Amino acid sequence: MKQFAALVLTLDQTTSLNRKSDLLARFFAEAPPEDRIWTIALFTGRRPRRQINTRLFREVILAETGIPEWLFAECYAQVGDLAETAALLLPPSSQSSDDTLTRWIKHIQNSGNASEEEKQNFLRHSWAQLDRDQRFVFNKLITGGFRLGISQKIILRALARALEQPADQLAHRLMGDWNPREFRWEDLVQPQATDQDSRPYPFCLAYPLEADPVDDPPGDLREWTCEWKWDGIRAQLIQRRQQTYLWSRGEELVTPQFPELLPPASHLPDGTVLDGEILPWQEKATSPLTFQDLQKRLNRKKPGANTVRNTPVIFMAYDLLEHNGQDIRKKPFCERRKILETLFPKNPRESPLRLSPLVHQKSWSRLAQERSRSRTIGAEGFMLKKNDSPYSVGRKKGLWWKWKVDPLTADAVLVYAQRGHGRRSGQFTDYTFAVWDGDQLVPFAKAYSGLTNKEILEVDRWIKKHTREKFGPVRTVEPQLVFEIGFEGIYPSKRHKSGLAVRFPRILRWRQDKPSREADSLETLHALLAQVCSASVTEPR
Amino acid sequence: MTKNPLLSLQPEGLYCEAGDFHIDPWRPVKRAVITHAHADHARAGHQLYLAETSCGHFLRGRLGADIHLLPLRYGERLRHRGVTLSLHPAGHIPGSAQVRVEYRGEVWVAGGDYKVGPDPLAAAFEPVRCHTFITECTFGLPIYRWPDPDTVAEEISQWWLECRKNDQKAVLFAYSLGKAQRLLAMLPRDVGPLYAHPATARMNAIARQSGYALPATEPWPTEARKGAAEGLYLVPPAVEDSQWLRQCGAHSKALASGWMTVRGNRRRRALDRGFVISDHADWPGLQQAIAATGAENILATHGQTHVLVRWLREQGYHADNLQTPFGEEDEG
Repeated sequence: MKQFAALVLTLDQTTSLNRKSDLLARFFAEAPPEDRIWTIALFTGRRPRRQINTRLFREVILAETGIPEWLFAECYAQVGDLAETAALLLPPSSQSSDDTLTRWIKHIQNSGNASEEEKQNFLRHSWAQLDRDQRFVFNKLITGGFRLGISQKIILRALARALEQPADQLAHRLMGDWNPREFRWEDLVQPQATDQDSRPYPFCLAYPLEADPVDDPPGDLREWTCEWKWDGIRAQLIQRRQQTYLWSRGEELVTPQFPELLPPASHLPDGTVLDGEILPWQEKATSPLTFQDLQKRLNRKKPGANTVRNTPVIFMAYDLLEHNGQDIRKKPFCERRKILETLFPKNPRESPLRLSPLVHQKSWSRLAQERSRSRTIGAEGFMLKKNDSPYSVGRKKGLWWKWKVDPLTADAVLVYAQRGHGRRSGQFTDYTFAVWDGDQLVPFAKAYSGLTNKEILEVDRWIKKHTREKFGPVRTVEPQLVFEIGFEGIYPSKRHKSGLAVRFPRILRWRQDKPSREADSLETLHALLAQVCSASVTEPR
Repeated sequence: MTKNPLLSLQPEGLYCEAGDFHIDPWRPVKRAVITHAHADHARAGHQLYLAETSCGHFLRGRLGADIHLLPLRYGERLRHRGVTLSLHPAGHIPGSAQVRVEYRGEVWVAGGDYKVGPDPLAAAFEPVRCHTFITECTFGLPIYRWPDPDTVAEEISQWWLECRKNDQKAVLFAYSLGKAQRLLAMLPRDVGPLYAHPATARMNAIARQSGYALPATEPWPTEARKGAAEGLYLVPPAVEDSQWLRQCGAHSKALASGWMTVRGNRRRRALDRGFVISDHADWPGLQQAIAATGAENILATHGQTHVLVRWLREQGYHADNLQTPFGEEDEG
């Protein structure tokens, strides 16, 4: 725990990526092997199962510190992190623990079956053995969510240096659903051939285009392939040894959630890995249902027959990563695409397994014209892929680009503010925006991002001076500031007072030139909704 | 408090009607009693300034040599229109004072900004018995508990050494009056050259003239660009967003402030290090100071007043908040 707590502390003390990678590389060389694996697991979001819930955790903290609950809530609002708040509030300690991280995780896991009282004692007993930095780490392990600004990229860079192996290869070995309790350091250094059947490849991602290709084309159009960018769940479909595995981009195994994809997948040749998108799409429809519809299919272990019937999904294949058991990611995209096409039968409308259609145009300006149709067919814009591009690991500039349509926008008034979390803790950065309905302001979107640090500071100060009321952590502010809010989609919603919901809302800019009276109205939004909906209705069945 | 309060809030600032003077007023007034020389407490334009002797030197340095100043020693009593006024050490920065006001047997103390912990320069906080105590609460949450300053000084030296090893300048942000001198008096002198920003150096000079023993610093390098001398650079926080910093070459940035207790504060300012050292009272310090006054009435100002007020009420005090525009959260 000493070594790991020191690692967390020192990682936290630098903003330099090089320095972070140095620190991690040294840790991977020196720490006990099982601690290394847990460190990778924690920093890549594979946290152990939660054994002690927040309520109990808070109760013990209150009892240990003797402060009332409201005061704890005030502290938490200021710090923005439960584990850190608790570490700051606990009485000072002169102890520190020499036990390994792995041992501590084991202790925590073992507490899962204990009674409430035993759990309380476990927490007290543990805090008594730990110093302040170790307590922070311990609390993080208890409360989950080990986000410390360490990206997978930095971990891989450090591992590549510690093991003297290429980062891409290591990235592949760290994909999927491995269990840190069983995964051994040796598996990473020299993987066994078995038990690898379900393992997906790291996803290849794209940056947004930096300039309009009509003004500033990324190159000769003939060197590029263009396809629609769909708004669903990016996924990998794996067919190996008569088994099908479906992985989401968040590296979750979601096979049981989409049973309708299994029969068609079983007809794929053995040793096939497809990259594609899970989309809600009714049979014979010409465009997908909305992302909101897809949400009905998410986060349930197994969907009911009705749900599957009403909101069926398809897998839109973009790319082929493995063919006949061979990793073909290094082949150029155009070759991979050719092989991919051979896997798909002629009549794509019937099967839930489909090939992503390509968009052919003679010029960038014609493509731009075609792109303006995106919303009417339920796409987010285009994906541009260089014909000779390999399927790389993560984001590589210049090979793939997303060319999304401009977001829908509305000018809205800031009405509520709440303190943020993590890097934004303590500052008012979580905003609720409203539009006019007559002389009433009706909230329609929440947004957390889009302002510069300087603007955040300014808005934060403004909020503190113009607070009307406080409800717990939420402040009602004077309705004066206007922001342009961008969003990707707009849907009718019965759950919201405004009667609509928007997708991916974010702040595009602060309209300091606009008085709040001139913000948009609910009427305007409903007109926008009608316009977007009528454009994307699906064919009647 | 049914009768007219001895001190009350007026548009100009905190006012004593019986004595016809203001304490740290933010608009120009006839008579201003100043608790300390930080800009939000010591504003320009008053006809008369009343302040502790060394505070007076800082006031002259900041507001001009021609201000009309009446210096007062700690503990010295001044009687005016039946009001007895005296200044008592607040431990905040050199020359900082609490203002004790007595009228017809009732005693009020305006604590100004204060800390109860040790300081190598500022005279130690003196608890003053009173009926009503006006307390700051910049750090009025129990998460704020200052570590031992010697440990922090050790951390800063370690960081400075590391910077030297990595050929980086160690840029330490600290307020030019108070924090900077305190750090200067705490830090070891054998690690390397120590530079004070001109704004800081000016305050150092005044402090030395006032009799505070401060080690010497190197003259500020006029060519602080790439390749300029390594060392520790003591600079005001405003320099964080400056041409000088952008051009000074490889450096590591740190801030010395009580706000650095919370990780998020450090991370969002993209600082490499945050050293928890404050000239304000921490949570236990506030409790200790308030209890030591023996006061039954507490007025909270400067910070998370609603939290402290609620807490004190639960502890049996008569507590209320006093809305002042002091230190809008950027001091520390």
